[in-house]
Amino acid sequence: MMDESRRGFIGKAFGAVAAVGGIASLIAMKKTWDPLPSVMSAGFTTVDVSGLEANKLEIAVWRGKPVFILKYTEDMKPTDGRNVKIGDHYFSVMIGLCTHLGCIPAYRADQHDFKCACHGGEFTDAGVHKFGPPPRPLDIPPFKLDGVTLVLGEEGPEYKAMMAKAGGA
Amino acid sequence: MAEFKKADSMLEWFDQRLGVVNFVKVMMTEYWIPKNINFLWAMGVLLTVLFTFLVVSGIFLLMYYKPDVNMAFDSVNYTIMQEVAYGWLFRHIHAVGASVVFLVIYVHMFTGIYYGSYKKGREMIWVSGMLLFVLFSAEGFSGYMLPWGQMSYWAAYVITEIFGGIPFIGDELVVWIRGNFYVSDSTLTRFFMLHVLLLPLAIIGAIVFHFYALRFPHVNNEEGEFFDFDEEAEKYLAGNKKESKVVPFWPVFLSKDFFVLGFFMLFFFYLVFFHYNFAMDPVNFDKADGLKTPAHIYPEWYFLWSYEVLRGFFFEIAGISGKSLGLIAFGIANAIFFVLPWLDRSPMVKPANQRPYFKYWFWFLMADLIVLTVYGKLPPTGANAWVGFASSMTFLVLFAALPFITKAEAKKVGGK
Repeated sequence: MMDESRRGFIGKAFGAVAAVGGIASLIAMKKTWDPLPSVMSAGFTTVDVSGLEANKLEIAVWRGKPVFILKYTEDMKPTDGRNVKIGDHYFSVMIGLCTHLGCIPAYRADQHDFKCACHGGEFTDAGVHKFGPPPRPLDIPPFKLDGVTLVLGEEGPEYKAMMAKAGGA
Repeated sequence: MAEFKKADSMLEWFDQRLGVVNFVKVMMTEYWIPKNINFLWAMGVLLTVLFTFLVVSGIFLLMYYKPDVNMAFDSVNYTIMQEVAYGWLFRHIHAVGASVVFLVIYVHMFTGIYYGSYKKGREMIWVSGMLLFVLFSAEGFSGYMLPWGQMSYWAAYVITEIFGGIPFIGDELVVWIRGNFYVSDSTLTRFFMLHVLLLPLAIIGAIVFHFYALRFPHVNNEEGEFFDFDEEAEKYLAGNKKESKVVPFWPVFLSKDFFVLGFFMLFFFYLVFFHYNFAMDPVNFDKADGLKTPAHIYPEWYFLWSYEVLRGFFFEIAGISGKSLGLIAFGIANAIFFVLPWLDRSPMVKPANQRPYFKYWFWFLMADLIVLTVYGKLPPTGANAWVGFASSMTFLVLFAALPFITKAEAKKVGGK
């Protein structure tokens, strides 16, 4: 009887220590797979938009992702809460990855829209989904205006205003 | 220490130390296989041989492959393909083998479904086999990334993105899996590890388990007949080989298997030497470019059916987005086969053609999988998208209807 309870105690003690060690190693394993600090602190991307041509898609790279920058012509109408005015022109600034499964849609200049080749999703020039499986408009990256320079990765007042509008809608 | 007599022969020496005589009996010469089977029962051995081919060719590729985004593409397409003597041979064996292994897995699976080899005691064989299917899928996917071509990159991108559909943790999970905000060097290196170490280890373990799961319920036969294996084995050992319903695994069953294997290997090496292009997508001979999506992305042929289920739902239904519906359907499609033994409510273990209702279900399923596979490769536009939707729905409806169909069948045949 005495032996049984001592063995039971040793068993439980062993199990408890092993469980703590097991959980600790799982945490370590999870963190080993986390993005490295150098990846997390990957900097900002700046784009000078003054030289861009209207209705011609400019693609910048921010955190390994393509960012669409589209300057509107006079006859292209802006969409509420989706476009930003820099100087005299409206611009679309959005992450160029289809919100379905992340392919890069192509810009069709003659139709002023985007078409994703993977699963047939279509977006307007402001990135609003209008056909196919994409569940939401193209994401807008955090940006800040510095004169005619666009800083991607920083939240400026124009971006915050846009987000507030999107949240309220 | 146990007592050891001086051994009279090498065999006895090993037998004293390792019990080899008994081991060979249990594993080979007295492991009983039914007589009443056909060439479809050879698929297990074909798969074991193919897996060995993949391991051996993989070892040779591993000696020159470099898991680094700057070097991977050239290490495959220049070093292995052009510099290493017979490097092309090992790559073609590996690529063709990966494709053909799925062909044989599907034949193996659908043989099991056709003959009802997944129920009445054989559930664990089926479940462990499905586990192997999932592991092989992961192995195929992770390996496809390694040459770091355009298809490698975008397949990796789209498939890891799927995890983003999981509620709440999705976005963080995708970044965690990739080790970066996009598919990058960290992604390549960790999938390399999975492909050459962790997944092969898991596959070997699952294969051993799959074989073990066969020991108690035994191999099914062409008529789904149940009989006493011990009794039949006794008959065989007593010399009544003609009357006995079983044969030993070795040498009788395996010698026939090797015959099938011989034909299969002719086919396999015909593909390796003369028709390897089907396993080498031309788009993948362009180096990976994260800023340029290929015009049309499609997986290898063996994933097309589930890929088509994923994208079959392209519009919102009842407030649930097409993306979520596609993901849910994709999840179901990949998991539903696991529970097949419990969806089939009929106690009948018979080939499908002898089952009054199940035979229609089986051939409908085959036809639907073929339609899904064909349309999975086509661009998802116009009428194609609707065929995809209809065949995806058909797939789900078939499985939802199976319990009712088989229940009705059980009633009709009266529990036979």
